[in-house]
Amino acid sequence: MTQKEVELKIGKPLDRVDGRLKVTGAARYAAEWKLENLAYGVAIQSTIPTGRVTTISVDRARQVSGVIDVFSYKNKPGTVSDEEDAREDAERLFLFQDNEIHYAGQIIALVVADNLTAARHAAKLVNIEYERESFQTDLSANLKHAKKPEDAEDHKRGDFKKAFLSAPVKVSQTYTTPMETHNPLEPFGVTAAWDGDELTLYDSTQGVYSTKQTVAKILKLAKEEVRVLSPFVGGGFGSKLTVWAHVPLAAMAARHLKRPVKLVLARNQMYGPVGCRPATVQTVSLAAENDGRLIAIKHEGISETSKFKDYIETVADGAFSIYPSEHALATHRIVPLDIGEATWMRAPGHATGSYALECAMDELAHELKMDPVEFRLKNWANKDYASDLPWSSNSLRECYRVAAEKFGWQNRNMQPGSKRDGSRLVGHGMATAFHSVWRNPASAKAIMHNDGTVVVQSATHDIGTGTYTALTLVAAEKLDLPAASIKVELGDSNLPYAPVSGGSTTMGSVGTAVAAVCESLLSNLISLAINDSKSPLHKKHADDVVARRGALCLKTDESVRETFEAIVRRTSTGQIEASVDSKPGDEEEKFAMSTFGAHFVEVSVDADLGKVRVERWVGAFDAGRIVNPKTARSQILGGVTFGIGMALLEHTLIDHNIGRIVNADIAEYHIPSHADVHDIDVIFLEPVDPHVNKLGIKGIGELGITGAAAAVANAVFNATGKRVRELPITLDKLL
Amino acid sequence: MRPFNYERVVATPDALATLDGARFRTGSGGKLRHGGMSTAAHFIAGGTTLLDLMKLDVVQPNKLVDISRMPMTEIKETDDGVLIGALVTNSDLASNPIIKARYSILSQALLAGASQQLRNKATVGGNILQRSRCPYFRDPSMDCNKRNPGSGCPAIKGFSRMHAIVGVSDKCISAHPSDMCVALAALGARIHLQSTAGSRVVAINEFFLTPENHPEIENVMRSDEIITGVQLPASRFNPENSHYLKVRDRESFSFAIVSVAACLEIDGTSIKGARVALGGVATKPWFISESDSLIGKTVDSEIFRDFAEAALKTAQAQKHNKFKIELTKRSIVRALEKAAGVI
Repeated sequence: MTQKEVELKIGKPLDRVDGRLKVTGAARYAAEWKLENLAYGVAIQSTIPTGRVTTISVDRARQVSGVIDVFSYKNKPGTVSDEEDAREDAERLFLFQDNEIHYAGQIIALVVADNLTAARHAAKLVNIEYERESFQTDLSANLKHAKKPEDAEDHKRGDFKKAFLSAPVKVSQTYTTPMETHNPLEPFGVTAAWDGDELTLYDSTQGVYSTKQTVAKILKLAKEEVRVLSPFVGGGFGSKLTVWAHVPLAAMAARHLKRPVKLVLARNQMYGPVGCRPATVQTVSLAAENDGRLIAIKHEGISETSKFKDYIETVADGAFSIYPSEHALATHRIVPLDIGEATWMRAPGHATGSYALECAMDELAHELKMDPVEFRLKNWANKDYASDLPWSSNSLRECYRVAAEKFGWQNRNMQPGSKRDGSRLVGHGMATAFHSVWRNPASAKAIMHNDGTVVVQSATHDIGTGTYTALTLVAAEKLDLPAASIKVELGDSNLPYAPVSGGSTTMGSVGTAVAAVCESLLSNLISLAINDSKSPLHKKHADDVVARRGALCLKTDESVRETFEAIVRRTSTGQIEASVDSKPGDEEEKFAMSTFGAHFVEVSVDADLGKVRVERWVGAFDAGRIVNPKTARSQILGGVTFGIGMALLEHTLIDHNIGRIVNADIAEYHIPSHADVHDIDVIFLEPVDPHVNKLGIKGIGELGITGAAAAVANAVFNATGKRVRELPITLDKLL
Repeated sequence: MRPFNYERVVATPDALATLDGARFRTGSGGKLRHGGMSTAAHFIAGGTTLLDLMKLDVVQPNKLVDISRMPMTEIKETDDGVLIGALVTNSDLASNPIIKARYSILSQALLAGASQQLRNKATVGGNILQRSRCPYFRDPSMDCNKRNPGSGCPAIKGFSRMHAIVGVSDKCISAHPSDMCVALAALGARIHLQSTAGSRVVAINEFFLTPENHPEIENVMRSDEIITGVQLPASRFNPENSHYLKVRDRESFSFAIVSVAACLEIDGTSIKGARVALGGVATKPWFISESDSLIGKTVDSEIFRDFAEAALKTAQAQKHNKFKIELTKRSIVRALEKAAGVI
């Protein structure tokens, strides 16, 4: 049976509807738009972390045949708004306003040429001299400069200090995570084209609307004068939620030169100017009664940030929320350093925070001589301890039980270092996964054409997650149409508003809007039919009419029917439309909403050489209703793989003598290869959640990475008896 | 990348003719005898190192002489072993039946390196002449004695985890990145060189140079020479007594933190022949000159450990690569145990 013939609805596995476009190369990415008279930009980045440019010699570069201009602070291609609303972005992006250097990798000049070869060649010929200043890039050496961020409060309940002191069993440990770089497969690229005062940006972004608004503010344009297109995005992981300098710079150059400009950052240019996950130092202190009941929790997070934009890696929020303890304290501090901007990276705060929290939970279980699953079941929170609200749904206990059974957890040996297979030590570990659920306002439009096909539009994005496919399923269920009759259009700021695609919110926000707009479309269709004497459904009750395979019919007698096509054909416009603006209700005031999961991992560690290998993985997840099991599974596979990378490999290395990143390519910045990833068994528990949104979707993009690194670290402890509290767990730490 | 001229040659004399006077170049990457960012012509075969380095501006050849269509693509049995043409690809060499049967260590080492796509392009000659992965070498805006003699070595006090602990000098601690060459060092391969003046053969151990005061000089090739092939001596090592161990952070597509090529000849439990070489920890493919000391010994982990201690006695580490001393010793023991078939 082909996909077309299967009755489609939410929960049925559907292959990616854009799969063919992607494998044939027909899917257009940001750097692939062929515009007439296109000019090519190449960015030049600072090779020092702090100071200023004293000389920039461009004469040789300008002599290269095909070079149009070399822009820098000396001849900026346009002006940046000094209005209040633009200042924050303008001042963090460094759009050639002056010659100051704030971090290594800052874009300080832009070569534009008729062709890429000439631009690249000319970029090598630009000679830049600097006046250097002292700098600090090392978090561990600057912890004394940790400060409380302006907009962060310490979260307290009870009296942690007193409770911790008098508790019978406790642990307190410090864990560190390194700076990481996002490394989406598709590099950052933009093509900027002007038509008079109207700007079109072909961008790779997780936010076409936010990009439009930010760029309009920076360039002092009306919002309607900017259009952002990003129909396909080759991954972003949070790094494409923000507008970075290359985007307005390309727009400014294009306006100045009166021709479109394309600017793509090469892989090695993406370490610095487009964000990072900041390094953290986290101290977790836990105390329990002898029977394992948690009494006190403290999670203190310190993260690095750039000196020009405060970013808080909110590591401690989970600890304050998901475990019951009368006494708790959660704090965040930041250390501003001379580094590129820190930003959101897949499960910001949660991925890093859950590593420390879930390792500490494992350490305390070990102290208590309790099974880590039993310990967590004992400390299941029947409400959100942060907000004191009931959960909208919470299948965490089932996640533990189902995954533990599938994994064979009962055969685990609690004694570390006791299981050996030849030269390898075998260990089993587990951890809790959790991620907050949010919903944002989102709009959608649906148009039914006179051939009975439907176009669904919303300015959201498919960042590789499968949004096109998942929204097709939502529309298919509501309209009872095959996938081939539905066309989803995304990634265009001229479409109805949608929020940024971040925080695992897309399906909960936009999926809900699409469901509503399809219902509205259907209702319009029914109303046309029942009010039209030419229709067999004339004068029937709207409530008695349903959609069945491309037609409307009576619920009670399907032979009384009329095709969508026939109904639409009779309209004067030849199409029927519906639009909705959807937004969250008061559910956030009534309920705490979160996704949950449990990871179970087997690792083997070479007893002599220290190399860790993740042998198998079983995870059970509660992300509410699963729209497309295929792409949802892929999200978990990607999240877990990301977690394996976080646990064992990823580390943006800064040489603190020179303040520069020294592994700025994916040969040396290690993300997992296929050989590092083995069996991953993904189980979805699908509790009915009537509160979170109408479809019961909680979101799944980030859940898989949360807890993942802790599960690996805990398995490494079980294998070796060694606690590695410093990620990544490279072999030198286990020798 | 800077513009360059491109010329294709198919015959050796034509190739040699392009090496006029002070202009010189070898295969992919190659040494920079005179240091600095040479603009001399380069030969290009697979280009897997050279094109990277050109994009990074580390090498700036004014001309590329494409030798990839030259006829040095054969693997021939000779009276005293096997002669491998310089343009045999890493993939073809790894899967060659003679190599797999008689020089298993070489096949194992090749397959441990790079990725299938790179192995399909990379050649034997180019692999021998591949350049350092040191991040300070690979960025022209940084100081580096190998790229810019006299400018200094930031790796020594900087990020040194992937750097060498043997054969180092106070000018350079860059590790030779090749897997293939470690196997060639273990096998005692000889490099065939040709110039318009004639040809010569250099043992691999003499071919590569440690940095000393001149890290920019990486080997003994003259500016008028080209690598034509690699001679392997008659095979003495069974596949089952040959083991290439590559220890690395990532399971695939990652450079060695340490690698060991261990080849043994064993009679019962008695060692009749041994050749062991190291990669990832040395400034050149590192044949352990004490290998002969294993001859006559019995297969025993403690003997292997003593051997490893002796092999590393002159090791010199920096802050980030101290762990490599112990790791290398353990890796030598592991590789020998595997080669001896005791684990």
